[in-house]
Amino acid sequence: MQIASMLDFLSTTVGADWRLATPLIFAATGEAICERAGVLNIGVEGIMLIGAFSGFATSHATGDLALGFGAGMASGFLTALVFAVFAVTIKANQIVAGVAINLLGLGLTSFLFRTYFISTGRGVDIARPLNIPFLSDIPYLGPALFQQNLLVYATIPVVIAAWGVLFRTSYGLTIRAVGEHPKAVDVTGKSVALYRYSAVLIGGVLGGLGGAFLTLAHANQFVENITSGRGFIALSIVVFARWSPIGVFFVSLLFGLFYALQLQLQADPNVRVPYQALQALPYLTTIVALMLVRNRWDAPSMLGIPYWKA
Amino acid sequence: MSVPSAPILQMENISKRFGRVAANAAASIEVGEGEIFALVGENGAGKSVLMSILCGVLRPDAGRILFKGQPLKLGSPLEATRHRIGMVHQHFMLAPNLTVAENYLLGQGSPLRLLWRTTDVAGRIAELSRRYGLEVRPDAFVRDLSVGERQRVEILRILFQGAELIVLDEPTAVLTPGETDRLLKLLRELARDRKTVIFISHKLDEVMRVSDRVSVMRDGRVVFSASTRDTNPRELARQMVGRDVPTDLPARAASPGEVVFSVENLHCRNDLGLPAVRGVSFVIRQGEIIGVAGVSGNGQSELARALAGLIPATEGTIRLNGEEISGLSSHAINRRPIAHIPEDCAANGVVPQLPLTENAILQRYDRAPFATLGLLNVRAIESHTQALVEKFHVRTDGIHAPIQSLSGGNQQKFVVARELARHPDFLIVNQLTRGIDIGASELVMQAILEQRNLNKAILLISTELEELFALCDRILVMYDGRLVGELPPDRGRLEELGLLMTGEAIEARRLREAVPGAVSGDATQ
Repeated sequence: MQIASMLDFLSTTVGADWRLATPLIFAATGEAICERAGVLNIGVEGIMLIGAFSGFATSHATGDLALGFGAGMASGFLTALVFAVFAVTIKANQIVAGVAINLLGLGLTSFLFRTYFISTGRGVDIARPLNIPFLSDIPYLGPALFQQNLLVYATIPVVIAAWGVLFRTSYGLTIRAVGEHPKAVDVTGKSVALYRYSAVLIGGVLGGLGGAFLTLAHANQFVENITSGRGFIALSIVVFARWSPIGVFFVSLLFGLFYALQLQLQADPNVRVPYQALQALPYLTTIVALMLVRNRWDAPSMLGIPYWKA
Repeated sequence: MSVPSAPILQMENISKRFGRVAANAAASIEVGEGEIFALVGENGAGKSVLMSILCGVLRPDAGRILFKGQPLKLGSPLEATRHRIGMVHQHFMLAPNLTVAENYLLGQGSPLRLLWRTTDVAGRIAELSRRYGLEVRPDAFVRDLSVGERQRVEILRILFQGAELIVLDEPTAVLTPGETDRLLKLLRELARDRKTVIFISHKLDEVMRVSDRVSVMRDGRVVFSASTRDTNPRELARQMVGRDVPTDLPARAASPGEVVFSVENLHCRNDLGLPAVRGVSFVIRQGEIIGVAGVSGNGQSELARALAGLIPATEGTIRLNGEEISGLSSHAINRRPIAHIPEDCAANGVVPQLPLTENAILQRYDRAPFATLGLLNVRAIESHTQALVEKFHVRTDGIHAPIQSLSGGNQQKFVVARELARHPDFLIVNQLTRGIDIGASELVMQAILEQRNLNKAILLISTELEELFALCDRILVMYDGRLVGELPPDRGRLEELGLLMTGEAIEARRLREAVPGAVSGDATQ
């Protein structure tokens, strides 16, 4: 391969990596905050699906992309609220509640999609790349980093803000304590339940946004189960990133890389590997990654355990 | 009944029920400003509940609290904080994943407050730390601190928040003798600073040493109040238990018989893989109780676990009745006449979620009379459990209740009962009475002595020197993984024992050998 075509390949891969990592970054950042508060929301897959569908449907109906993203976040918020009622107030088993949310997400979006959209086949206008002046003209680097859409850029401030909130505000301090030793927060007179609700809802909004990205920036269509496990991958990203938003950003890029490579290699006629094997790459990576981190388990102690006041 | 001259706190007729149980039944106390007030009682007497009500963590069903003459809004932790009432809980309220400074900021101010700089907090912590001689590193993570350090952090936090009334819930239960001395001294200093201290305890010697006044709780009521100087431990014990407690244990049994258990040059490692037991040898004969004294963390826990077959010995031999048992699986050791009462039974001796019945047969679930051909014999298990409960007066909601519903003291009694019912020839006991009340202590100590009189061999590991003096025939001292001395149970040699336990005797000898002329133990500090 010549130098120029290799640089081309690299440039495309990096650009695709960041773009493909974006939904993972949003969802996993939200999940990290949620888990820091001691709530394990495995329903993030369902939340993403609902976000993806609501975003698509709203944008389809109004023709307004921003409204679509807003609807994705709002539906993530509402779905997370349902989860929080079960997980925090009713103190149901969080795994079971999460599975229920996932089943609800898959069933509801498939049903609504088949009922209202399957025959139309019409897509929506997706988020356009926003070329950053001058920087986007740099050869190779420009197309990779500076010709992305607004939401891809937004991952950086979102991750930094999440880190700042968790580690540099009183709120974040309390969230971290709530996941580790909720009673210590309770005796100061603060409501453990309220903090857990807030963390779950933040997770829902970001999960919904990640889902909406899939239909409004990645594809221009909703298809059944469009998330295809990205919510579950976000869950393992959180573990691999040791519950840190900054870590989530880089680990997501690693997973995004395998999505990107998979796409690139499928398009390359010289690669004679069955495409199914390539498609399995991100999932195989997840399994390998989880095996590698199994000894570094330092999850919040109260992860998944409801808090009973006195 | 004694009344303080100027009460700063009056709790009147406090009642609180949990389901059918009355945790507090019209309990009243009065505490004077700047005094050290001791609240004593057995486990489950309602002391912690009464103090949780004072701090607003629990809301009482009835009663009122006057603080500086003003009625306190009940059931609000914020109200308590506002009136500068602070509590050091028995289970520390520190998040291990946060630093000391971060824990101090927890729950303070608005959630939106930015925490870019913790340096001013660190400064205030350092200042308080100097004033009370409490070493605390503000940027250390709580998970890296020892229990004693965590307690210091917790006390300093209360002071940091400006507390004037400080409640400590069984502060000495987790401390070594040296740490206890430091704590009691600190309480005196706090009282000198016009701070009021309430401390919950069931160790009467501490109460007598440090408190100005004392109230006794039993079954949710305050049954006795007095100035400490007008009462005595015997009176307090009688009030706590509700009957006379014999303070003297029965006389020692006859001379020891054959060797039951022997250990030669035992080595083993701790959880971190570091050498913890480094060449320990001893023998125990029939009818003998051998004590192991030492500051906790000097290899005693690992010794007990290695002898019970829970961790492997890296070197050395262990023999029971002449048979070598080192290297056997814990399952195989379970089938031999050896029993183990572990430290902190609630954590290590039981499966918390299982009922008493299943906990009663943990080691014998697969054998007659509890199982036939792999099927459990429910009747036999139930009657066995019932017998254990009755023999040791275990207070329970029934033998089918999960064992975690029992208080710590009752779980301890249950484990002791279970282990003794296995009719062992050799018994390993680690921290027999830690964290349990006088009545329960007396019962389990009697039971151990009975075993001795039945010609059993017993190894008793303890940080409570009183317990060792009361029960043992010989006391071995463990320091840094080695046995560094042996003493008769003679209270007159307490000082010598202390020097051995802290390793000063060893260090001094080492120093003497290395630098002729240097003799003082202090010189090694």
